[in-house]
Amino acid sequence: MSRWLAHVHRVSGIALAIFLPLHFWALGNALQLDSFLAWTRQPLVKAGEWAIVVALAAHLGGGLRILAIEFLDWHEWQNSLAAVAAAVTLAVGLALALAL
Amino acid sequence: MTQTVLWIAQRVTAGILAVCVVVHLATIIYAVQGGLTAAEILGRTRGNTAWLAFYLVFVLAAAIHAPIGLRPVLGEWLHWRGIWREVFLVFFAYALLWFGLQAVLGVFAV
Amino acid sequence: MKVRVWRGVAQGEFQSFDVPREPSQTVLDVVTYIQRKLDPTLAYRYACRVGMCGSCAMTVNGVSRWTCRTHVNQVARNDELTIGPLRNLPVIRDLVTDMREFFDKWARARGQFKGGRTRHDDFERVAPQSEHREAVDAGIECIGCAVCYSSCNVVAANPAYLGPAALNRAWTLVNDVREKENAERLRAVAGDAGCHACHTHMDCTERCPKHLSPTAAIAGLKRATTKAALKGKL
Repeated sequence: MSRWLAHVHRVSGIALAIFLPLHFWALGNALQLDSFLAWTRQPLVKAGEWAIVVALAAHLGGGLRILAIEFLDWHEWQNSLAAVAAAVTLAVGLALALAL
Repeated sequence: MTQTVLWIAQRVTAGILAVCVVVHLATIIYAVQGGLTAAEILGRTRGNTAWLAFYLVFVLAAAIHAPIGLRPVLGEWLHWRGIWREVFLVFFAYALLWFGLQAVLGVFAV
Repeated sequence: MKVRVWRGVAQGEFQSFDVPREPSQTVLDVVTYIQRKLDPTLAYRYACRVGMCGSCAMTVNGVSRWTCRTHVNQVARNDELTIGPLRNLPVIRDLVTDMREFFDKWARARGQFKGGRTRHDDFERVAPQSEHREAVDAGIECIGCAVCYSSCNVVAANPAYLGPAALNRAWTLVNDVREKENAERLRAVAGDAGCHACHTHMDCTERCPKHLSPTAAIAGLKRATTKAALKGKL
């Protein structure tokens, strides 16, 4: 379980590290923001946005698990459970809220 | 010693980013209600020093956290170790900082 | 029951044997049967065969474990077993690995007790319920069987990594109040080859036959090295 979570944490981190420069670059072109936003309404882009949001939630959840193990005196399985719960809640809540 | 410092920096920026991400996501959820327009985004960020400060902290924390996170990935999955890996990561940090500042100033500047 | 056993060194192949299935049978029983009845050239290690020494550790169906404490009923799939040597260690022959690197890393992590008193000094008083002693107690039962080392992804990906057992032992010494000088030890366990390379996959903790938690020990080392660094003592 922990090994799987660690892999998710790593892969989501890589995805975010690739996404971030692109995100910054897009915002840096603020003058063309409206035309860029029009592009983001395409279904494939919306799917990508949802994937990034899920990656963010997963990475945050995995990170909280690591912080719990490294700094708190928790039992091992509680850490995994807590992080999974946190990440899933966040992802589901966001996905619904964003209605992507 | 260096790895200890990197470890500390990673945990500290993780804590900062956790807060920033929650704020950022809450903002996104609020902003996308009823569609997203440039005017709405810029109306919120243009000339607003509070948002400027927030996003500067966000960008700085991310520019530190991402390269440190990528370091073991490069070492373990690509077997890339040694001085050139560190050079690349420093370059990546600066790139994030540079593009991030462009973005922050881009939405702040009137 | 069909049993595939690794034969050779780094290069080699799995050889199949037909072993009678008994109602109550351990994997060590199976290996012993093969060597005594079917192929005397098979090399393997065991000693106590009652779960005390850790010598019989091997890889069974991909999982590192003590074969004397693994019942065939627990692990056999479709009446088949695959047995190989421990991972992350050089293979001497068949099921026997070269444990030197494992113990060398133990030494590199400063896993030896040094102390500072002589026979002329009084005993150090160690309170059993103290936070430090409880941390030691949680990790002191390690017998160096290398199951954790064999299960660790980071050991596989990072040849210099000291590994869970060495770091676990170092943590018990960091918490030993009789050790007055831990700066050298903390320096030895910090870094790319030390505790900071651990990614909390927790295979070590999951597989440890003594139910120790090297993950918790390594987390402790991360905190200890941080404290030392902030005090300028690293």
